Amino acid sequence: MNKVWVSIWRENRLGTKAMAEKLIKDMGLSKAMANVFAARNITTAKEALSLTEFELMQLLDVGMAEVSSALSRISEIACPPYQTALNLMEQRVHKEDHGGHLPTGLKGLDEALCGGIPFGVLTELVGPPGIGKTQLCMKLSLLASLPTTYGGLNGHVIYIDVESKFSSKRMIEIGVQSFPDIFNMKGVVQEMAGRILVLRPTTLSKFTESLQQIKLSLLQRPVKLIVIDSIAAIMSGDFAQGASRQNLLGWHVSFIKSLAESSRIPIVVTNQVRSQTREEGSQYSFQAQRTDDLSGYDSHLVAALGINWAHSVTIRLVLEAKSGQRFIKLAKSPLSPPFAFPFIITSAGISLLNDYGTELKGMEINRIHQHGHSDIINFDGKGCSDKRRNPT
Amino acid sequence: MEVAGLPISPSQRGKLISAGYTTISSLTSLSPHHLARDLNIPEEEAVQILGAAASHNSRLDTSDGGHSIVNGAQTAWDMFREEQSSLRITTSCADFDNILGGGINCKEVTEIGGVPGIGKTQLGIQLAVNVQIPMGLGGLGAKAVYIDTEGSFMVERATQIAEASISDMLEYNNHLAKQNRVCQVKFKPSDILENIFYFRVCSYTEQMALINHLEKFISDHKDVKIVIVDSVTFHFRQDFEDLALRTRLLNGMALKLMNLAKTFNVAVIAGHIPAQIGSSCTGTRMSEMHT
Repeated sequence: MNKVWVSIWRENRLGTKAMAEKLIKDMGLSKAMANVFAARNITTAKEALSLTEFELMQLLDVGMAEVSSALSRISEIACPPYQTALNLMEQRVHKEDHGGHLPTGLKGLDEALCGGIPFGVLTELVGPPGIGKTQLCMKLSLLASLPTTYGGLNGHVIYIDVESKFSSKRMIEIGVQSFPDIFNMKGVVQEMAGRILVLRPTTLSKFTESLQQIKLSLLQRPVKLIVIDSIAAIMSGDFAQGASRQNLLGWHVSFIKSLAESSRIPIVVTNQVRSQTREEGSQYSFQAQRTDDLSGYDSHLVAALGINWAHSVTIRLVLEAKSGQRFIKLAKSPLSPPFAFPFIITSAGISLLNDYGTELKGMEINRIHQHGHSDIINFDGKGCSDKRRNPT
Repeated sequence: MEVAGLPISPSQRGKLISAGYTTISSLTSLSPHHLARDLNIPEEEAVQILGAAASHNSRLDTSDGGHSIVNGAQTAWDMFREEQSSLRITTSCADFDNILGGGINCKEVTEIGGVPGIGKTQLGIQLAVNVQIPMGLGGLGAKAVYIDTEGSFMVERATQIAEASISDMLEYNNHLAKQNRVCQVKFKPSDILENIFYFRVCSYTEQMALINHLEKFISDHKDVKIVIVDSVTFHFRQDFEDLALRTRLLNGMALKLMNLAKTFNVAVIAGHIPAQIGSSCTGTRMSEMHT
């Protein structure tokens, strides 16, 4: 089964990497040279560029000068076009809603992120269970489906709910509480909720299948947001550990990233935490320091899925609890300094307690706290009723 | 010296050997016409073979008078002088610049490694802006090539850095004005963004192609003084089963980048994800090649 699967994703790669698979015979090489390449069964740019000049000389039996001129021609065709950064900027500003960002409705966070969750990249939410990752995901889904005049993107949403935690009732509650004026209009609830498509894949292969379907449906519908809740659950499911899992993860990461980029939509992915083992602490020097000066068990938490994954996400938001208070933290973002904002969860979803945030330094940026976390969950359970009456 | 070491095609080499020309010295006193007749090949090919042999010889010859004994070599003094006068790009951090000897060196490949979120991309964007500081303010007044393999380049952030850099320059300019050394700063952030050439690379083939093509691109855009690759290894870490091929490609790419840095006097910045323990040794191979 594994083998079949591998061949499926191979084929799929070919689709996404059209440039690299461009045929040598269409590259305008001299007839003689093109024939030489064809005779040795080197048909694509990928094959030609995987060999060194000397290997090509040996294989094709031609001189150095011909090989290098052929290679430079192939390279010229296969290499991607350039844009100036100014072009990029203008495209974003003129063609996209809100300058290429999905506003989260959390003022401080939006300011720090230059307008919200950016289009075209992967944004990760990571935190201990029960902290509010799914709440934030549901709020973002609502926002993306709202009309543009209300700060939304007026689009469809694809919500991949791996752990069956999505609650339509809760989502509508958030909508009614945060945007009473639109949601009280007749038929709006049905229309908004009708734009959110929930998928519940149970195995990794089903997940992969749905990703591929999503790629097609992106062409048919105006999908403005994809949520995957949670990637860790699906990846740590039925598949083998170690190298082969990293390989699969690597493929999924590239696929998801290419989805985000080719259709210019934001993709929000949640990730779980796991406890860190001692051996890992010594593996990277930056973590070793962390284990030395730790003062409680809570700083043993790290994001799941490893360092490869961490490199691939463009923005990482950490949701954590510290001394009984929830914080949302910009742990990795090329756009903004590492701010932390205290937040609470009310019937209207997540809201920030203040919009200034505190700037973090050093080790604090990457730490994931769970201190006093159980208190909050219990407290929220009890205190829910009075919060419901005055949503902040 | 055997003819096997000559950069000529295998069939030509075969013909040479079967005609009895096994050493390079046996080719030195031949005329193209003679060789063409002996090998039964067109005269142009004979010229090509002799050219290859001649250039091979001259590399070993004690020719070329002057101070260099071996062609292409340099004395340590010349190297020192060259290093003293080499172009540097400031990192905007005085202490860091001091450690680096004045900033990021043109002509060299500089590697930036680090854990996720530590600021590799930030430094890359910063350098793409800093390379544009005009000559009058002690910069290079040049342009930048930014090769993005991960999709992490944020144009909003580049704008922020450009704005900050302009206000720094204006401040410095006021300082110079007091000493009557006025230098015009008429930069807008959009001018800075316009001088960053952004390439988005989606596969390792594209990356190889682009790095081959850069030579041509930089000869067309002579004022490019920095090439930033963020990050070199990203595509090489996805689905590569043939580790030998991966190492070979990475090594080839490192050599090409070094060559690019030398020939065009550009700084090459290679953002780099540290290799995971047990995954492979490519990381260390790359590091060895960088200076």
